[in-house]
Amino acid sequence: MSHPLLRQMLVLLTGLLAVGVAFGAGADLGQTTKQATNWVAIGMFTAFVALTLWITKWAAGKTKSAADFYTAGGGITGFQNGLAIAGDFMSAASFLGISGLVFANGFDGLIFSIGWLVGWPVLTFLMAERLRNLGKFTFADVAAYRFAQTPIRTFAATGSLVVVAFYMIAQMVGAGQLIKVLFGLEYQYAVIIVGVLMMLYVLFGGMTATTWVQIIKACMLLTGASFMAIAVLWQFDFNPEKLFAKAVEVHAKHDLIMAPGGLIKDPISAISVGLALMFGTAGLPHILMRFFTVPSAKEARKSVGWATTWIGYFYILTFIIGFGAIVLLTQDPGAYYVDGDIAKGLKGGGNMAAVHLANAIGGNAFLGFISAVAFATILAVVAGLTLSGATAVSHDLYATVFKKGQADSASELRVSKITTVCLGILAVFLGIAFEKENVAYMVMLAFAIACSANFPVLFMSVLWKNCTTRGAVAGGSVGLFLSVALTIVSPSVWEAVLHHDKGTALFPYSSPALFSMSAAFFTIWLVSVLDRSKQAEKERAAFPAQQVRSETGIGAVTSASH
Amino acid sequence: MKDDIVARIVANPKYQQLKSTRASFSIIMALLVMVIYYGYILLIAFDKELLAQKLGEGMVTSIGIPMGVGVIVLTVILTNIYVRRANTEFDALNDAIVREEANK
Repeated sequence: MSHPLLRQMLVLLTGLLAVGVAFGAGADLGQTTKQATNWVAIGMFTAFVALTLWITKWAAGKTKSAADFYTAGGGITGFQNGLAIAGDFMSAASFLGISGLVFANGFDGLIFSIGWLVGWPVLTFLMAERLRNLGKFTFADVAAYRFAQTPIRTFAATGSLVVVAFYMIAQMVGAGQLIKVLFGLEYQYAVIIVGVLMMLYVLFGGMTATTWVQIIKACMLLTGASFMAIAVLWQFDFNPEKLFAKAVEVHAKHDLIMAPGGLIKDPISAISVGLALMFGTAGLPHILMRFFTVPSAKEARKSVGWATTWIGYFYILTFIIGFGAIVLLTQDPGAYYVDGDIAKGLKGGGNMAAVHLANAIGGNAFLGFISAVAFATILAVVAGLTLSGATAVSHDLYATVFKKGQADSASELRVSKITTVCLGILAVFLGIAFEKENVAYMVMLAFAIACSANFPVLFMSVLWKNCTTRGAVAGGSVGLFLSVALTIVSPSVWEAVLHHDKGTALFPYSSPALFSMSAAFFTIWLVSVLDRSKQAEKERAAFPAQQVRSETGIGAVTSASH
Repeated sequence: MKDDIVARIVANPKYQQLKSTRASFSIIMALLVMVIYYGYILLIAFDKELLAQKLGEGMVTSIGIPMGVGVIVLTVILTNIYVRRANTEFDALNDAIVREEANK
């Protein structure tokens, strides 16, 4: 089997890597934000890339139809999919960010990680089996099951692409910054390498390659984090009390790290952020898409069961890792702190706590492994995002809206591949454009949109008999508009990004979800009840058949008919 | 799907039983998760001192830490309880319905 394009891109990539390393090595002296070129890390990462590209080549042979591209033929097992979902969801931001937050504030990091977990049970209890029973490739299949295809698909594809775009920018900028520190590579080269690699995975290997990249990444991340947490606990006879006692002794905030600090300011913000995380997970297109890769509702449930278990376990590990960093890094300030001064903070910034801890535990080799894991983590997440963006364009917009469902598999596959290339180039371009921008709000915004636009439409169309196309599109649009608009006039954008004076933000809370999601549900209800059209009558009459399929799986797409 | 199959399934008492048992089970579980999560968050918002209390005399570990880890563990356990019951009891009922109605 030969893929000349794949080979050419590989050559190009190797060249880029070499150029980047050369640049990085020349420019890192005297810069505190960029570490010296780490050859062990680059070696480990190259091994990961070689393995994943080999898998991509194997997957390319199995990716012949649009269905293979979107869902890997529907033949992934529940256990594999659970790992892949965990790999899709546990981003570098959650690994380095949460352990960094624990390192800086102790207890508050725990509150944060709990928020990221509670979306999973909600998704399991309310959506998992219904999604699998009704859908084929995208969550729009489910939302549009008994509705007028063109408006609802256009809306759902827009919702998907907006969520993917914000999530993607945050990942790309994070990747560039992180790799600059970890590998000593220039920012632009880092972003280009991430863009090219994810494009290769998705373009040639589709869902099969993306799934295996996510599974391998999840295994690497869970193994590395487990090793670190065990190494930390081992030093304290596996007694957390001893670890906490030492941390309280050496941390600048002392006993305050054992108590809640400033993370939760006011109850409204706390509830609003909680809602965004809880219901946003059930509206993330790249996560929802993973439910169609398994052969049945039973396997879909197993997937979320495993995913929740791995993600929960991982968050407990990050908490131990953060405390381990507090204790172990202060023992050698010369190696890990700027100018050896604890007051000046960690070399490379607060997010480097876990990375430095890896060095403190296992020396340069383990540091290299953890750096490679962080890079792999970003790749797995952006590949999933790109795939779901490409699917929204080719399946929802091209095949269903533009071709009215008459597109053949080959042309649909071609459109998804063209879209993949466009999204890859766009992601690199945006990653470079946003280098100096503050992108901290973007992941929260993606969750806010997911829970205010995608989730209400999905939820109501599946569970409420009287929901109509007009209601769903109107409500979803209100949710989409409000979540974006309120975020722009909130402190995280109005003050932190647009540099207006402190206190001038019109919307004072940390997340718009409480308001935008309520408005979306209310609008769906109101417009649906007022909808007296012929189409609405037809849609309500189609509900029992939809419900029978969503509950029993009779008529659901099976892996054989994919 | 044919309308007559839909009508027959809707009329099947087993289907009604499956629908209502599963719906009430998932609503109860979802509410449980929300009560646990928001209970914890609102406790932090309104009573930081309570969570900062020490677990025991002379200890540094605060009550909030085992509680927080407990929320994570409970979330995982509740999710897996649902998956287990749905994959055994509910799926057995579901299979019975499919056998009775869809394959006629």
